[in-house]
Amino acid sequence: MSPDLASSEPLLTARGLARHYGVRLPGGLMGRRATLKAVDGIDFDLARGEILGLVGESGCGKSTTAKLVLGHVAPSAGEVRFDGAPVPVDHGGDWRRLRRRMQMIYQDPLGALDRRLPIAAQIAEPLQIHRPDLSRADRGARAAELMRAVGLRPDQAARYPHELSGGQRQRVVIARALALDPELLVCDEPVSALDVSVQAQVLNLLEDLRARTGFAALFISHDLKVVRQMADRVAVMYLGRIVEEGSPEEVLHRPLHPYTQALVSAAPSPHAGRRRARIVLRGDPPNPVEAPAGCSFHPRCPVAVARCRTERPPLLREGRRAVACHLAQAAGGGFAPAPLPSAAVSGAAA
Amino acid sequence: MTETSSAPASAPVSASVFTPKSRVRAFFEAWPPLILLALAWIAAMLLLAAFGDLVAPADYMAMDLRARLAPPVGMGGDWAHPLGTDELGRDVLSRLIASIRISLTIAFLATLVSAVLGVSLGFLAAYFRGKAEQAILMLVDAQAAMPFMIIALAVLAFLGNSLTLFTLLMGFYGWERIARIARGLAIAAQEQGYASAARDLGASPWRVYGRHILPNIASTLLVSMTLNFPEVILLESGLSFLGLGVQPPETSLGAMVGYGRDYIQSAPWIMLAPSAAIVLTTLCISLIGDWLRDILDPTLS
Repeated sequence: MSPDLASSEPLLTARGLARHYGVRLPGGLMGRRATLKAVDGIDFDLARGEILGLVGESGCGKSTTAKLVLGHVAPSAGEVRFDGAPVPVDHGGDWRRLRRRMQMIYQDPLGALDRRLPIAAQIAEPLQIHRPDLSRADRGARAAELMRAVGLRPDQAARYPHELSGGQRQRVVIARALALDPELLVCDEPVSALDVSVQAQVLNLLEDLRARTGFAALFISHDLKVVRQMADRVAVMYLGRIVEEGSPEEVLHRPLHPYTQALVSAAPSPHAGRRRARIVLRGDPPNPVEAPAGCSFHPRCPVAVARCRTERPPLLREGRRAVACHLAQAAGGGFAPAPLPSAAVSGAAA
Repeated sequence: MTETSSAPASAPVSASVFTPKSRVRAFFEAWPPLILLALAWIAAMLLLAAFGDLVAPADYMAMDLRARLAPPVGMGGDWAHPLGTDELGRDVLSRLIASIRISLTIAFLATLVSAVLGVSLGFLAAYFRGKAEQAILMLVDAQAAMPFMIIALAVLAFLGNSLTLFTLLMGFYGWERIARIARGLAIAAQEQGYASAARDLGASPWRVYGRHILPNIASTLLVSMTLNFPEVILLESGLSFLGLGVQPPETSLGAMVGYGRDYIQSAPWIMLAPSAAIVLTTLCISLIGDWLRDILDPTLS
C-alpha cells in the first residue's frame, strides 16, 4: 500500500459479511433445525468522515450489521476491517482499546444509561476508562464541555437519566459516545424512539457535531427522510442483503430496485397536492429462515420474471450506484429503474 | 391556628398547583416514625456494643452470691441490679450489654462475610457461565441441601471453638442464597442496555460489574442481607443455647437464653431480657432493610 493511497483508503470495509443463527422451527423437540440468515453476505466501504445510511424494513438485518461492524458478534463469514486491521470480536483487551475509535448510539437512550449514576459521571466514563492520564478536574471540564456541545445545561450535570426528557437522554448518549472523539459512530435508529419535533433537534445536533468533529458514521434507520437528511450515501437492505446503493438524492428520486421504489412510494410526502402513485407490496415479508430461491424479493415483486425465481441477481456497481436486480441491470451497461406495470401502481393509498 | 390562616395570605401567589406540605409532615414522610424508632434502637445497640463497658453498672463476670436471683426493678427489685441477677448473682444488665456486644459483632461480621462470598461467587458464575458456573452452582446446591446446623455442629465439634472460627463459620451461613440472587440478577442485568452500553464503551468486566451492575442490584442484595442478619443472630443464639457457641465465661444473647432456661419459672427475667433484645434487634434490622431498598432507588421518590 503506497503512502499516498493511505488517506484514500476507507476507514471501514466489510467484505462478504454474514451472520447466521441456528434456530429450531416450531414443533417442540421434533422441530427441524434451520438457519436464520440475518445478514447474508454484504460488502460496503465507509470513507473517513462519510455517513452511510442503511435503510430497510424491520428484520432485514440492519441492527445485526451494526453489531458485526462493532465486533459485538462474530461474523459467520466474511470480515470487517477497521483502518486496515480486522475488528476483534472477543471483547478482550484489543477490542476494548478499539472502543476509543468506534462508539455507538442506541435506539433506547434510557436503557443505555445507568439509572443510578448522574449524567455527568456517565459522560465522563469513557474518559475514565480510556484516558486514565487525565486528572479528575480535566475529566470534569471535558464532560462539561461535551454537555455544552450537545446542548445540555451545566445545572443538569447532577441529574439522573429518569429526570430528563427523551431528547435530553439521547443528547447524553451522544455526548458520551463523542467523549473520546471517535472516528466511527454507529447510530442504530438514534431518533426512532423520539417525538418528531425532538427528532429534528437531535438530527441537527448530530449534523453540527459531525461538521465540527468529522466522524464517520453508519447510520441505521427505517425512516427514509432521516437517512436523507444525514447520509452521504444510502444502502437499502432487504432480507440480509444490500439491494441498492447510491447517493440519497438518486436513491430517493430515481430508485432502481422495485423494493426501493415501493419503499420510496410509501414515505409520506409533505406536499399535499403532489399525490404520488403508491406501490403496495403484496404478501408478507418472507421468513428469513426460509429465504426464497433466486432473488429474495421475487415473491413480493410486482415485476418479477421467471429468471428472478431461479437466479439471484448480484449487486452490480457502476460509479456510486449499485443495484441487485435483473430488470434494472438489463439495459446493457447502465442502470434503469425496473419498469413497473400499471397494475401494481394503485392510486394514492387510503 | 394563626399560622395556618396567615400562611396563604403571606405566601406569594405562585404558579405551582401543589399545596405546600407542613415541615413536620414532610419530615415524617421522609423519615417514617417506625423507621426512626428502628434506627434509634440499632444506634443504641451499636453504641452499647462500642461503649458498653462505660455504661455497665458492674463487671459481667462479677458474682454477688448474697443477691442471687434478685428480681428486676418493677418486680420487687431495687436499682442495685435494674434487670435483676442470675443464679450466680451476676448483674443481668451488665451481662446483657456484654452479650449484645458479642452477638452483634458476630452477626455483622458474619453477614459481611456471607455477602462478600455470595456476591463474588454469584458474579463469577454470571460472568464466566459454562463450567465455572456449573461448579459454583454445585457448591451452592450442596450448601443448600445440607442443614447448616449440622455443618456447624460438625465443624465446632472437630475444630474446637474460638471466637474467630465461630464468626467465620457463621459467615458461611446464607452465602448460597446471596450467591444465587447475585447470579440471577447479574445475568439479567448483563442483558440490559446499561450494562452492554458500558461494555461497548470499552469498560473492563471489573468496571461493568463493580460500578454498574452492583449498584443497580444492590437494593435486592441489601434486603437479602438484612434477612440474613437476624438469622445469624438466631443461629448464634441456637448454637450458644446448645452450648456449642460462645463459651463461658464469655456470654452472648443465645447463651444467656440457654442458661436462663433452667430458671424460667422462678426467675424469668434472666432469659426475658436477652430474648427481647434478639426480637427487637432482628425486627429493626428487617424494617430498616425494607426502608433502605426504597430510598436507595433513585427512581422512586
